Amino acid sequence: MSEIYQDEACQAVTLTLNGTPRQLKVQPWVTLLDLLRDQLDLVGTKKGCDHGQCGACTVLRNGKRVNACLTLAIMCDGDDLTTIEGLADGDRLHPMQQAFITHDAFQCGYCTPGQICSAVGMVQEGRACTREEIKEGMSGNLCRCGAYGNIIAAVEEAIPLMQTAQTDAGGPR
Amino acid sequence: MTPFTYCKPSSISEAVGLMGPTSQLIAGGTNLLDLMKENIARPEQLVDITGLPLTGVEETADGGLMIGALVSNADLAWHPLVEQRFPLLSQAILAGASPQLRNMASTGGNLLQRTRCYYFYDTGTPCNKREPGSGCPARAGLNRIHAILGASDACVAVHPSDMCVALAALEAVVHVQGRSGKRHIAFADFHRLPGDTPERDNTLADDELIIAIELPRPRFEQHSHYLKIRDRASYAFALISVAAALELDGERIVEARLALGGVAHKPWRDTSVEGLLKGQPPTTQTFEQAADALLSNAQPLLHNGFKVKLARRAIVRALTVAAAGGQA
Repeated sequence: MSEIYQDEACQAVTLTLNGTPRQLKVQPWVTLLDLLRDQLDLVGTKKGCDHGQCGACTVLRNGKRVNACLTLAIMCDGDDLTTIEGLADGDRLHPMQQAFITHDAFQCGYCTPGQICSAVGMVQEGRACTREEIKEGMSGNLCRCGAYGNIIAAVEEAIPLMQTAQTDAGGPR
Repeated sequence: MTPFTYCKPSSISEAVGLMGPTSQLIAGGTNLLDLMKENIARPEQLVDITGLPLTGVEETADGGLMIGALVSNADLAWHPLVEQRFPLLSQAILAGASPQLRNMASTGGNLLQRTRCYYFYDTGTPCNKREPGSGCPARAGLNRIHAILGASDACVAVHPSDMCVALAALEAVVHVQGRSGKRHIAFADFHRLPGDTPERDNTLADDELIIAIELPRPRFEQHSHYLKIRDRASYAFALISVAAALELDGERIVEARLALGGVAHKPWRDTSVEGLLKGQPPTTQTFEQAADALLSNAQPLLHNGFKVKLARRAIVRALTVAAAGGQA
């Protein structure tokens, strides 16, 4: 962790990040997004708009998709966080990651980590089955390259694979 | 963001004791942190209320619901009892924001959203809501998204919530707690029109926090509809939204509720118009008369005249769909 963030304003935060318990010190005004990127070098989570409008910063907080840019790190004390870096099982990609590659569901790739985390969160919500429901369920993630068609195709393919993986593993990933 | 101190009380009374002119409550943070990043909100202390025991959804004696202020928008929209008894509320919530924001945003916080008026957000311009007395550039400026009802010389901003439009139609009750105890506020009295004091969005006292929203007994689960018209198909604020709810007895309307979003400083409800609907058959003619009556006092600005026509059509459509059973 970078030294420059250590001052008297810092407060202790304990959280689980991608399966690993972490004890951190953060200033109250540091967002989860800035904590991940600037202090922990987890730069997969992207800063797009920084105002909750684009979804590039989407991570899973206690299993639910949230915008890291509108989340204060200090409020994540005790939470379980998963970023794009924590989805794969070793060298084995998460089914959603593999589906994005299979379907070429990106061009520049900047929104992709947020798209994938959002899609994983959406499948875990269990509310999106049809193509229309997927489109609505992914509306919080913008893709300025316009790869939406392939993103939807990837999500459609990954939904049954995730359900199979859950059954095999005896629980959600 | 301007630096601030942070505390996390574990009881409601402790939280109330920490409230003050330089402190601000935070729950979901989806609006407040945005406002802080824009330098519009500059609290010296944030009071994190997410540790308070306000996360339940309980049935009340009359079949209504008492919803804890910290229930997330997503959990509320998808709560089985809300889906069954108050589908209007589920529809309205799911029409708003994005799935991520709905996972974060709280029920109480949704009521406290601030306007999305461009000038309110632009600290380079005057705004009576942001800096009382500085002026309102929207009235003579770009006002396509602004109010057509209930505005004042001081402010033409609209309230941005979808959820609140449904809560207005359902006659929800807001339960609050302050230093002098608890009280409850009828939803119609919670938000206010701008008048000469547009800096005040609602009637909460400075030391009061929302603890719950109560929904009275369900009456409209068979005949309700939330219609939202916006610039794109999803994830945009309403240009016009309509919460329509009817109780029908054969061929007559027994009870009617009609609330509009995107038209005023608060969810707009006109009980005299609802009175016109009662006793009438649920026909297009009835609904057009109600729409005309509701909009008879509309005062469009330079760029939002389209909202009057759009609102008329939206009211008729929402009531028609509600009468037919609520499925668009």
